[in-house]
Amino acid sequence: MSRPHLSLWQVFRVPAVVAALSLFGLVAALLDDGIWDWIGAAALGASIAVTAWALAARRR
Amino acid sequence: MKSSTLRAWSWVHKWSSLVSTLFLLMLCVTGLPLVFTHEIEEVAMHQAWTPAHPDGPKLSLDQVLETALARKPGEVAAFMSFDVERPVVNVTTVKPGKAGYSFQPIDQTSGDPAPSVAGHPVMEFLLQLHTDMFLGLAGMLFLGAMGLLLVAALVSGVVLYAPFMRKLPFGTVRTRKAARTRWLDYHNLLGAVTLAWVLVVGVTGVVNTLATPIIAYWKDTALKELTQAYDKPAPSNERSSLAAAVERAKLALPGKQLQFVAFPGSSYSTDHHYAVFFHGDTPLTAHLTTPALIDARTGQLSAVAPTPWYVKTLSLSQPLHFGDYGGLPLKILWALLDLATIVILGSGVYLWLVKRGSVR
Repeated sequence: MSRPHLSLWQVFRVPAVVAALSLFGLVAALLDDGIWDWIGAAALGASIAVTAWALAARRR
Repeated sequence: MKSSTLRAWSWVHKWSSLVSTLFLLMLCVTGLPLVFTHEIEEVAMHQAWTPAHPDGPKLSLDQVLETALARKPGEVAAFMSFDVERPVVNVTTVKPGKAGYSFQPIDQTSGDPAPSVAGHPVMEFLLQLHTDMFLGLAGMLFLGAMGLLLVAALVSGVVLYAPFMRKLPFGTVRTRKAARTRWLDYHNLLGAVTLAWVLVVGVTGVVNTLATPIIAYWKDTALKELTQAYDKPAPSNERSSLAAAVERAKLALPGKQLQFVAFPGSSYSTDHHYAVFFHGDTPLTAHLTTPALIDARTGQLSAVAPTPWYVKTLSLSQPLHFGDYGGLPLKILWALLDLATIVILGSGVYLWLVKRGSVR
C-alpha cells in the first residue's frame, strides 16, 4: 500500500523546529552564565532528544 | 521538482561532500577532544604553584616590564597579558626585526619567573592539525574552503531531503530493509536534526580561518587611522609610564576587565600607542574587546576604538565554533553533535560507495 505524499510543511516542520531551538540555544548560552547556560543547553539538547525519540519510536 | 533540477542538486551534494569529507572527518575527530581542552589540561597538567608573597604588595607594571626586559637583553616588549587566577603577568618580548617571541610569566608579588600554563603537547598538536594542518595560513584558508563546501553540502542536503522524505514520516528508520536504506534513513535523520548546529559551527569555522587577514586588515585600516602624525615610532626611552597608561585607559572604559596591553610597534597597536585592551564579563561581551589607545610619549588618552564589525564577527565566531561558553552541559552536547556529524559523514561515503557499486 503506498502512502500519501506529505506536504513540504509536513516534511520540514520537525527539522525546522529543531533548527530554531538549536539556534536559540546557541545564542541563549552566549548571553549570560548561570540560568542562560541551562536554557541554552536545553534548547540545543532538543536535537539530541528528538534523535533519541525517533530512534526509539520511529523504527520500522 | 524537475528531474534535471534534482540531478543538479544531487551533483552538488555528492561532489561538495566527497571533496571535503576526509578533511571534515579530520576536523570532527580532532575537534572532539579539543572541546574538552580545559578539562583535559586541568587533569593532565595540574601543578601546584603559589606566589612568593600571596598577601604582599604587587610590583607595578613598569617594574614587571623592567624585570622582563632585563632577562632578555636586546629584546623589546610586544605584549603584556594578565592571568585571571594567579597574580601573574605574562610579558611577551621580541628581537627587533626578527621573527619569534619570548614569553615570560612573572610572579607579580616578587618578580620571579612563574611556571607557564602552556597547553598539553598532545592538545597543542591536535589544535594545530585542526587549525591549519601545520601549513600556516595556506592550511587555514584551505580548511576554510572545505568549510564552504560543507555549507554547499548542507544546503543541497536540505533540498534533497524533501523528495526523499515525501512518503516517510520524520525520523523513520527502516531497520528491516537493506543496509543501504537503513543508512540512508540514519543519514537523513541525523542530517535533519544537526543542521543548524553544523551550519553554525561550519560557518564560524570558516570565519576563524580568516583570522589572519581580518586582523591584518584591521591593523592596516581602522587602527592606522587612529595614528597621530608622528614621523617615527616612539622610542622605548621616550615612553611614559605603562602603569599610568593602563590606569588612564581604565578610566576611559569603566567596569570593563583588563585583558592585555599591546606595546607600540607590535601587532594590535600602532607605532605610537599603548593599546590597552578590555573585555566585558558575560560570555558574549567577554569575546568583544575594546582597545583604548594611550599616547606612548605623553600618557594621554588618544582614542577609545571599538572594534569594527568584521573583528566583532571574528570574535563572536570563536565561542560559537569552540562551544566553550556554556559550561559542561554545552560541551557534552557539542561532543554528541560532533559524533552525530561523524556518522553523517561516514554514512554519506558508504551510501556513495554502495550506489557506485550498484550502478556498475
